[in-house]
Parts: sequence; C-alpha cells; structure tokens
Amino acid sequence: MRRVVLILALLAPLAASHASIDAFPFDDPAKEQRYRRLSEELRCLVCQNQSLADSNAELALDLRRKVYEQVQAGKGDGEIVDYMVARYGDFVLYRPPVRPRTWLLWFGPLLLLLTGSVVLFRFVRHRNAEAVAEAGELSAAERARLAALLRDDDGGRE
Amino acid sequence: MKTRFVLPLVVFGLLVVMFYFALVQIGKGEYNPRDIPSPLVGRPAPSFILPTVADPGVELDDAAFAEHPVSLFNVWASWCTACRQEHPFLMELARQGAVAIYGLNYKDQRADARQWLSRFGDPYLASAFDAEGRVGIDWGVYGVPETFVVDRAGRVRHKHIGPLTRKVWDEKIMPLLATIRAEES
Repeated sequence: MRRVVLILALLAPLAASHASIDAFPFDDPAKEQRYRRLSEELRCLVCQNQSLADSNAELALDLRRKVYEQVQAGKGDGEIVDYMVARYGDFVLYRPPVRPRTWLLWFGPLLLLLTGSVVLFRFVRHRNAEAVAEAGELSAAERARLAALLRDDDGGRE
Repeated sequence: MKTRFVLPLVVFGLLVVMFYFALVQIGKGEYNPRDIPSPLVGRPAPSFILPTVADPGVELDDAAFAEHPVSLFNVWASWCTACRQEHPFLMELARQGAVAIYGLNYKDQRADARQWLSRFGDPYLASAFDAEGRVGIDWGVYGVPETFVVDRAGRVRHKHIGPLTRKVWDEKIMPLLATIRAEES
C-alpha cells in the first residue's frame, strides 16, 4: 500500500506538466482551445525538438504571444500557420508536412522495417535449409527407428 | 567472400564516408544542422519602421535599403556574446566602406545598447531599436547574431546565421555582392 502511495505521489507532477507557463487571458474557451492546439503544432526554433507549448525559450514565449494575439484578433488556424511558415519556413511546423523532400523522413522507417524483415526472413530460411542439408540423409537404421517411433505415436493416441 | 557479406560492408563503408564528410563540414563551421534556411531569401524584405537606438525621435525604416546598392541588416544585442565576436569584423567593413551596414537591436535596453556601441564602436549607419522583437519575428529572426543581405530593390538576397567572419565574407558574401553589382549595370 505504501508503495502505491509513493508511486502515485511521484506521478502527481505529471498532471501539472500541461499547465501553461504563460497567463494569456481568454474570454472564449474555443479560442483558448485553438491557441493551445496551435502552440502544440508549431515548433520552437531555439529548442528545436520541442513545440511552442513545451518550450521555455524566450522566442517561444514571443511566438506564443503572437499566436495569442492573432487568435484573439479572429485569424483562422490556417492563416496563423501560414504567417509562421512565411517567416520561418516549413521547419516551424512541428509535424513535418508530407512533401517529396520529406518522403524519406515519413516512409523511411517503414521501408527499413520491410527491408529488414525480408532480409531476416531470407536469412532464417537459408540457415534452416543449410541446417537440414548439414544433417545429411538418414541412414537405413535411423529410418527404421523413425518409422517405429511414428507408428508408436499413432498407437499411443488411441 | 560471400556476396551476402559484401553488401552490408559496402553499406557500412558508405555510411562511414557520409558521416566523416558531415563531421568535417561541422568541424569547419560550414555546416550546422540546426541552421534554419530563411524563406525570405529572394523575396522582398519585410517592411518596418522603428525608432533608432541613438535617438528615439529619429526613425529607421526599410526605405533605407533603397539608398545603397547593397546593405547588411545585422541583428545584434548588448547581451549577445557572439555579437562581440563579429563586431571587430563589422567595424573593419564599416571602415572600408565596403557595404552599408544597418543594425537591428533585438530585445535590448536602449541604455545598454548605447553603452555597448560607445564602448566597442558603432559600425552601423543606424540601428533600429526593436525592444519587443516584433520586427525580428517578421524577419524570421530566431537567434542573435544574424545578418541579412538586402539589395537596392529591397529584396533579401542572403541570410547568414551566427557571427559574420572574414571567411564567410570572402566565400559567400563577396561573390553575391559582385552578382548584385553586375545586375545594376
């Protein structure tokens, strides 16, 4: 029981991790939703492996403020994203767009998995075939023993 | 050697060559995987109007670029240590009169900025005071220092990320200046 309490206590901070670092006031919950979603879809260009929502960098704060202002001003999601991409390029999208330039990024892992699977499959099959070939033919005595064993099994199943 | 051993070896060899090449480029400072290419290159410079660092009553706007065949727009700040690195080179450029240099003082305090310029020297024809960094966002600034090359027509021709060095100047900017000057004639 104590262990359960300890684990829960250690996990509790995770609930707080989604709390916003900024205090941007919203009257409209729908707008707040959009702001949060946009902050998660845009990348922080300083801490490049984090979204705007997650990053503590000052630029991230500035850009979040920009998103906030534009959401409040009634700009659409597409407009706001276009605004950022016009200034920072595709890299500002946290989820990379699927373009010919990013095909390798998106489909590469799947390709590697398939290739690896094929190679593995062929390797295993080849090795099994080799193992059988190495074992060689059964001698006459072994064949007789095999037949006897098989017959015994059948008999045992009755 | 069995063919199925050759193929992974070849792939490994190719990877070694690729990684070595990349590491050498990074070591020479010619490649930084964290650099973000600017979508502004080849497009008109974002228009702006800001008070100058020297005198809040005087303004600097993008019309300034039309006064010179080529201008540098250098993003700097008194709190930026890398800017100290490139500063002597900017001073040299200003002394030579090679190119017009304008500054964008990014997210700084006016007093600190002025003190920095008087202490180390002022290579700028004028520095725009972008206290909140809003003009910086329009230019796609994500770090300091950054330097833009803008032609007379107000088009961004190049963006350099990080301190501007003689090497970058000789290898990347000079050829560009020659191209731009040739376009003018």
